[in-house]
Amino acid sequence: MATPVFEYTKGMHRVDTNFCPGCTHGIAHRLITETLDEMGMLGNAIGVAPIGCSVQAHKFMNVDMCEAAHGRAPAVASGIRRVHPDKLVYTYQGDGDLASIGTAEIVHAAARGEKFTTFFINNCIYGMTGGQMAPTTLIGQKSTTSQDGRTKEQAGNPIRVSELLSTLDGAVYVERVALNTPANIRKAKAAVRRAFEIQRQGLGFTFIEFLSTCPTNWGVTPPDAMKWLTDNMLPYYPLGVYKQPEKQDGEVAK
Amino acid sequence: MSEKVLMKGNEAFAEAAIRGGCRFYFGYPITPQSEIPEFMSRELPKRGGTFLQAESELGAINMAYGAGAAGGSVFISSSSPGIALMQEGMSFLCSAEVPLVALNVSRGGPGIGGIQPGQADYNQVTRGGGNGDYKIPVLAPASIQEAVDMLYEAAELARKWQNPIMVFADGIMGQMMEPVILPEQKPFTDASDIRAERPWAITGYGDDDTTKNVVKSLRMQPDDLERHVEYLFEKYDRAEKELVRVETQDIEDADIVLVAFGTVARIAREAIEILAERGIKAGLIRPITLWPFPYDAFDGIGDRTKVVISAELSMGQLMQDVKLGVGKRLPVKLINRTGGMIPTSLELADRAEKIYKEVK
Repeated sequence: MATPVFEYTKGMHRVDTNFCPGCTHGIAHRLITETLDEMGMLGNAIGVAPIGCSVQAHKFMNVDMCEAAHGRAPAVASGIRRVHPDKLVYTYQGDGDLASIGTAEIVHAAARGEKFTTFFINNCIYGMTGGQMAPTTLIGQKSTTSQDGRTKEQAGNPIRVSELLSTLDGAVYVERVALNTPANIRKAKAAVRRAFEIQRQGLGFTFIEFLSTCPTNWGVTPPDAMKWLTDNMLPYYPLGVYKQPEKQDGEVAK
Repeated sequence: MSEKVLMKGNEAFAEAAIRGGCRFYFGYPITPQSEIPEFMSRELPKRGGTFLQAESELGAINMAYGAGAAGGSVFISSSSPGIALMQEGMSFLCSAEVPLVALNVSRGGPGIGGIQPGQADYNQVTRGGGNGDYKIPVLAPASIQEAVDMLYEAAELARKWQNPIMVFADGIMGQMMEPVILPEQKPFTDASDIRAERPWAITGYGDDDTTKNVVKSLRMQPDDLERHVEYLFEKYDRAEKELVRVETQDIEDADIVLVAFGTVARIAREAIEILAERGIKAGLIRPITLWPFPYDAFDGIGDRTKVVISAELSMGQLMQDVKLGVGKRLPVKLINRTGGMIPTSLELADRAEKIYKEVK
């Protein structure tokens, strides 16, 4: 009998995706749920996905989940975590949601050191509503509400959320990863695991920013979207660990 | 054990919510109800509950939604402009059928308005201040004891109807002191018992992923959304019959019938005594639920009555429902103050007498 070398993760439902070709939501979904599966925590996790393309997460992730109003997932997760302090709780939010309408909720959740993990999908644009300018849209980037390209004079500079949140004491682990290459995807998975482990230790708020693609609203092909991310997003949004817990005795920081 | 104590309204409300089984409180300071978050911050942790001060009323209602979706019994409180900020969440909770006990210790508006008592949130609380088709049962107490009894019962009602329940008190009730009998503490539900008690809650499904739960309000397919709204309204239709509460006093053979709720109903009772001394027999309809509104109670008004008067701390918001209850049978008039002003019983009696003489 043949030995399987690859299996579909139990963390994802076996349903057709309705994300666009070349969108990296599927990769992020899989990294999160595969990690929960490997930790034996799928049945002990609760996820929150607010408005935007993210809201569909409950159709794909095999985890108890709730939707949240636009931007409010960190408040919702704060409530959930109070009721179930022994469960792994996470939010899964896009850039319009988290960095625009939900700034108060994310900043205060991080400041309180809420013991949940936020996965932040940064693709520099509003997806579900059709390609409008997000707070993370790059200078010069065209969107349906910055049709000649974003300018600093008109809309200000894009917000670097990982850097912003890492200034807060309550945020104990903040890392920006990218979903553009196999190597970076492996690093992203390690970051997911580390965030959940730190949450499990109850050390504080954990935050992973995924640099992601949106070929449909960027108006490029899936391969070009990966290149666009690499060429344009990486210089403005540098990858790396912005905050991590102090090393324990004998432990080597990753 | 039940005990009689002298308490300030806001503290009694908080105590009653705890004793009714509400284990989680999320709030944001706003006058005239700030004693509630203060009391909760002090008392809830001592008794095994959780207090969390939110970054805003938006934060508070969404924390309440999360904790409620996770199966916790949740209490929130605010005052008029804060309740306005919570309406996004109220709409969401109603669609997702998440139980919640909410208290509005209301003040004058519009805008920031003032901090003195008002009832100008009548439309906000009875018509649903948020988007979409939904209903929230609204209980309107006229004394601290009645508010205590309502808040004590509200967690159970919220769970039964899978919906927020709103208690609508005004700033006077929040700030005054009255003797109250506090009911016995109902037990809090342990996190590990939630799944058995509330099988719809998101708790983590444990070993059996066929029991996975999703709490949601997004329905992209119009036929699906229509079915969901129709389902909610079948529930509201039942609630309309089962929940409606009203107190009537001498309406069968009154010259005039006053309609008032909350603090104004208490003033109206005194005004009725003054009117009686002047030879005018006045009855009272006191809606105890504002939604469902006790329209049927108006059928009990006798043939002797010449006019029905809505007495309220708003510009005729209650009167709209009074008119629906009375129909074309009788004239409906308004006696009101607003902006935080409150009529005395004498003012109410004088104005009622003047109206009566005009229509007689």
